[in-house]
Amino acid sequence: MSRNTSVLLALAAAAALSGCAVGPDKRDPMETWNRGVFKFNDTVDEYALKPVATGYKNITPSFVQTGVSNFFGNLGDVWTAANNLLQGKGAEGMSDVMRVALNSTFGLLGVLDIASEAGLPKHKEDFGQTMGKWGVQSGPYVMLPLLGPSTLRDTVGLPLDMSADIWRYKDPVNVRNIGSVTRVVDQRAALLDASSLLEDAALDRYEFIRDGYLQRRQSQVYDGDVPQQTDKEENVPDQPAVNPAGAGNAPNKQ
Amino acid sequence: MKFIKRIIAVAAVAFATSAIAAPAANEAPDALVKRISSEVLDTAKTDKDIQAGNTKKVMDLVETKILPYVDFERMTALAAGRYWREATPEQKRQLSTEFRTLLIFTYSGALSQVRNETIEFKPLRADPADTEVEVRSQVNVARGEPVLLNYRVAKTPAGWKIYDINVLGAWLVETYKGTFNTEISKGGIDGLIKTLAAKNKQLASKPLATAKK
Repeated sequence: MSRNTSVLLALAAAAALSGCAVGPDKRDPMETWNRGVFKFNDTVDEYALKPVATGYKNITPSFVQTGVSNFFGNLGDVWTAANNLLQGKGAEGMSDVMRVALNSTFGLLGVLDIASEAGLPKHKEDFGQTMGKWGVQSGPYVMLPLLGPSTLRDTVGLPLDMSADIWRYKDPVNVRNIGSVTRVVDQRAALLDASSLLEDAALDRYEFIRDGYLQRRQSQVYDGDVPQQTDKEENVPDQPAVNPAGAGNAPNKQ
Repeated sequence: MKFIKRIIAVAAVAFATSAIAAPAANEAPDALVKRISSEVLDTAKTDKDIQAGNTKKVMDLVETKILPYVDFERMTALAAGRYWREATPEQKRQLSTEFRTLLIFTYSGALSQVRNETIEFKPLRADPADTEVEVRSQVNVARGEPVLLNYRVAKTPAGWKIYDINVLGAWLVETYKGTFNTEISKGGIDGLIKTLAAKNKQLASKPLATAKK
């Protein structure tokens, strides 16, 4: 998988260097390339993943879906715990370790998320966030084939995230493969409502997802507590002095 | 029963300082957001028509319960960035109206998907003298990690008003800013108004997506 990633990075770099980067956004110098990948992902989603996920969502009882996502969520919590510890967040890391311990035993191998009910909230940390915490800038926005939005930093962290995925080492292989497919379908199914919302809200879905994603990653790195920016980004127009007196007085004009 | 109890509890808190049912101008910003969200969520959860995806019902709810507390002009101005100053009053009016309609559609879509979610508010970190504060909450969902939901609220002569919302770590204004910027640089402010209007027209002709299929 890491070889695929490096091929991808090389391609991305080539795309950036070949001068097809016309995107006006400084955070997205590979916009032309990214849009191509975005379109490809969309096509795959439309014809393969989304129909399957919709079927899964309609047919499978919701407690089964919850069980599936809890099961894989519990496996993911192991890496989350490691990353929280790597970020020096001892309390969160220990809480994640407790989560895995509780859910893997009393939670029947993770199918039940009893830890959340016991007051240990779920976190989600990956190595990209850890690097962000260590001070690594996110770098340009990258749209990965099949995997979706990312940044250069997060893409670099991806091979580690993947090799830390416990399910990867599950034997026998056929069980592993069935599980991996189920996981992807289940994750997509969980996003069905959100993606239909996104379609409504966005004028340009590519841009909307990019601008939302980059903020979200930033927020994840700071665990929701992003420091107020004082220096303004060049390509983003500065906020004007708005709301002249009385602007707020006409709340309901149509 | 729980619904009624909650409404009464919320109402008691919210209106404790005001004489009648009109929202108090001196209501604290976090109390305001708390009140609106409980009212809206409770209605969305219990109203059969809304759960079934009745577009008109949902939009009525948004219009009456939420809109009076949102400063759309400021929201639009922030999203339009430096272009706002170049816009004529008529363009400003049209742009705010179209943006407002788009957000109503989106918000209504989100509301009709509400099922078992609960909202938890975090303590307000603000000085009593502050005129702009951030109210933080999280939505606890059936599975997965909680969804961050923060509000930027500013004091206006008409009381506190929401002017930005943060979902999952992304601010709404900031997310639209890029799109607005691109559209305006392509076709000017009128171009953006036209694009928004076309989008709204398309949304109006399509039924609201609901969680149940």
